[in-house]
Amino acid sequence: MSSATASSFDTWVKPTWCPGCGDFGILAAVKHALTDLAIAPHETLVVSGIGCGSKLPDYMHVNGFQTLHGRPLAVATGAKLANHQLTVVVVDGDGDAYGIGGNHFIHTVRRNTDVTHLVENNQIYALTKGQYSPTTPQGRVTTTSPEGVIERAVNPVALALTMGATFVARAFAGEPTHLAGVIKQAVSHRGYALIDVLQPCVVFNRINTYQWYSERIYKLDDAGHDPQDRAAAERAAVEWDDRIPIGVIYREDGVPTYEEQLPALRDGPLVGRSLTERAAFDGLKNQFM
Amino acid sequence: MDDEISVRIGGDAGQGVESIAGGFAKALARAGLHVFTAPDYRSRIRGGHNFHQIRAGVRPIFAQRTPADLLVAMTPETIDVHLAQLPPGAAVLYDEALRLEDRIRYRLDAEQLRARDLRLMPVPLARIAADHGSRVMMSTAALGALGGVTGVPLDMISEVTRDTFARKGADVVGANLAVAAAAHRVAEQRHGGFGSPLPHGDGRRRMLLHGNHAFALGALAGGCRFMAAYPMTPATSIVEYLASVAAEHDVVTKHAEDEIAAVCMAIGAAHVGARAMTATSGGGFSLMTEALGLAGITETPLVVVNVQRGGPSTGLSTRTEQADLLFALHASNGEFPRIVIAPGSVEECFEAGWRAFNLAERYQCPVIVLSDLFLASSLQTVEPGAFDLDAVPIDRGALVASGTASILGGETSHRTVGDGSAGKTATAHAWEPGTYPRYAVTDSGVSPRPLPGDPAAVFGAASTEHTQDGHITEEVHTRVAMMRKRMRKEQAALREDIRAPRRFGPEEPELTLVCWGSTVGAAREVATQFTATGRPAAVLQFHDLWPFPAAAAAAALDVAGLTIGVEQNFTGQLAKLIRMSTGRQLDRQILAYDGRPFSPQEILTAVEQALAGAEEIHLVSGEPPLPRETEVGVNV
Ligand SMILES: Cc1ncc(C[n+]2csc(CCOP(=O)(O)OP(=O)(O)O)c2C)c(N)n1
Ligand code: SF4
Repeated sequence: MSSATASSFDTWVKPTWCPGCGDFGILAAVKHALTDLAIAPHETLVVSGIGCGSKLPDYMHVNGFQTLHGRPLAVATGAKLANHQLTVVVVDGDGDAYGIGGNHFIHTVRRNTDVTHLVENNQIYALTKGQYSPTTPQGRVTTTSPEGVIERAVNPVALALTMGATFVARAFAGEPTHLAGVIKQAVSHRGYALIDVLQPCVVFNRINTYQWYSERIYKLDDAGHDPQDRAAAERAAVEWDDRIPIGVIYREDGVPTYEEQLPALRDGPLVGRSLTERAAFDGLKNQFM
Repeated sequence: MDDEISVRIGGDAGQGVESIAGGFAKALARAGLHVFTAPDYRSRIRGGHNFHQIRAGVRPIFAQRTPADLLVAMTPETIDVHLAQLPPGAAVLYDEALRLEDRIRYRLDAEQLRARDLRLMPVPLARIAADHGSRVMMSTAALGALGGVTGVPLDMISEVTRDTFARKGADVVGANLAVAAAAHRVAEQRHGGFGSPLPHGDGRRRMLLHGNHAFALGALAGGCRFMAAYPMTPATSIVEYLASVAAEHDVVTKHAEDEIAAVCMAIGAAHVGARAMTATSGGGFSLMTEALGLAGITETPLVVVNVQRGGPSTGLSTRTEQADLLFALHASNGEFPRIVIAPGSVEECFEAGWRAFNLAERYQCPVIVLSDLFLASSLQTVEPGAFDLDAVPIDRGALVASGTASILGGETSHRTVGDGSAGKTATAHAWEPGTYPRYAVTDSGVSPRPLPGDPAAVFGAASTEHTQDGHITEEVHTRVAMMRKRMRKEQAALREDIRAPRRFGPEEPELTLVCWGSTVGAAREVATQFTATGRPAAVLQFHDLWPFPAAAAAAALDVAGLTIGVEQNFTGQLAKLIRMSTGRQLDRQILAYDGRPFSPQEILTAVEQALAGAEEIHLVSGEPPLPRETEVGVNV
């Protein structure tokens, strides 16, 4: 183990986020959680998409990989399969995760690859300046829905749960300490872990503000919620509007991860293997004789 | 030709045409002959006419040949479709019980047969199968009979039959052996030595495999550790093969949710240090293009194989074409260095398998391998020595050994893995202590590359423009420096690794056929024939297509005589590329886009037309159109 300290993850780059943006709280929580877990910057790969929130790895001293809009889960999956000793954290927006990357979301859940997936859910497309996202509530007026959104919003937490996710949580960017606690559990969880983070966008989402959330959220821990209780998890997953639960909604331990089940990975990460020891090659050739 | 034989086997999908052809080809190869087989199938799982053409001879063969000396017909339709193409003296082997009068177009009257000297060879295939095994063993009976009439000894036929059914248990093997033996005996007695007897092989055992398997073997030899793909004909057999050997060969194969995921997974795996690739065909490659740019700007060594098929769109899903060349050169937005190579033979597919990884790591850029359906799925014999593991170099370029990178007063120092000849030490630049300048500006454009996980080198990577230490920027001078740094890699590759076009044939040819990819095989045969008739002809094969070897191309064209482009596309894409890069225009063009591979005969005829003055010849295959009821009803 390494000797990560609170400032291990700090870097000289100044975030370009708007003052007051929820992404600051998420950044602080990620650094905090990794520090507490004593995971060093070099042991971590933070993969992101494209969007305001996806700039996060640029603001940390860490192995970062800012990829394409919607594709970080796929990139992270490849990275994890090639070196499963890395702690892989995916950070992206609700547009990334549930819109353009929706297909990857479904299949990453199904695979149970050991990655932590933090979605900065501001219910809007922020970096492209205010179009509706898959989590924007029905009826909301945005630049691409001047008459109000016609589609129903995605409930990512319920979706992940029904698809068989082994760790599902919701958190709030305005409560970074609580969020850090959830991230710690998610990173420690073996398997895919979703944290849908409610993230106020102070510029393009004037409805779901810090205050709006503060009036509604409550902590599942305080309410005596048992994350192993599937029925309770299903109830909590669909609770919204008046009261919004945050914390670990569901966790199922002991489900093998995708990479644990690959024979080729039993002897350690792929990246460590010699490329020149290829003894059985003649056997392969003989198959064609 | 008496030193070779050409057999065509046709029937309905699901009738075992492929196993007859595969078995026969294997028996011929084991008899020491050089073999080349070309499958011809349509997009159906059951029903619908398929055929395989097998050529075997005493010299290496790189192309198919029509017409065939012997037609094996599993249905009346086979005869209907192929009879017109049989040359005088050819034979037709078929089940005695086939009702030939059911044939749709051709009346098989005695007069016509006699006029063309065709020989009918009925064998009671179904009855032999039923009597000695079971009715489902028709294809084994056909294989046995084929051996009987061509003079392939029974033990060779038995050996491949045993191999084919070994996994199904002793009973199944025994019954099939009995069927093969009976059919062999009856066919030999009735029709043995049918006019084009089997040439004698040299007794050497050779490998018999197609381009996709050769590529996969090459990739394994080159240390491929990761492959993600989404199934698409005709690329699928690469991932299927690697999946079948993955566990023993330290490879992870991932059937991804789509092509976008597949290429992104390969990028993720390559980013952390595994030799990683993906393979697809045109439509799938279209989906991958955004990620190609990601590999370009993050300088990730990525190998992408595009096994081309007929386009546009879903096009001709089981037919060959070479129409993605210009697309591959420009795929993805913006400009970034890339390398495009196109193997033209099974041996070159093997080489492309490992060479692509070396190029990708040396230049830290995407390498696109352009294959095509014909090359990917034609079985061909190759000398086992051509796949020599000891001759496969592994060059990891400027990969930095873990723990050795250090940053001292704005300079990096490190130890690289492998010979590292492409790596140059970074020049001075201010970066924050602790963050490694992954994208250090160097003379070659290649920056030393540590891997995530290295305690000595934490770094960021981004699809956006970035500083030397990987941070997002739009700063003007950094942008310029980064563009120049990246693009310098193409000049470096051109100097050090890109191959000049290869000439086959005499030094001062009267005419030169200019091609790329699988077309080279048929073109070489044509050139040899022309040369033999006193008109020296050569073939110029463009193997490395980007960065384009313009100077070498111009020099080669200057001494090429009359230049004739031969390509499997409508617009003459290689000719355009040559013109774009050298200013030289090819004199003539032979183009085909019917989805059928070139046969040497077709090219030969077209070259005659070209010599007679025709500037652009658009070929249509010699295949007669299929009856309508066969042609429609695609069900895949
Ligand atoms: C293929 C592609 N399509 C569109 C875009 C433009 N784009 C950039 S960010 C974004 C959406 C951002 O929304 P979200 O993922 O929710 O992140 P946020 O900015 O809200 O944090 C879009 C559409 C892009 N970069 N790539
Ligand atoms: S636009 Fe919204 S999400 Fe983006 S930085 Fe500003 S506040 Fe944050």
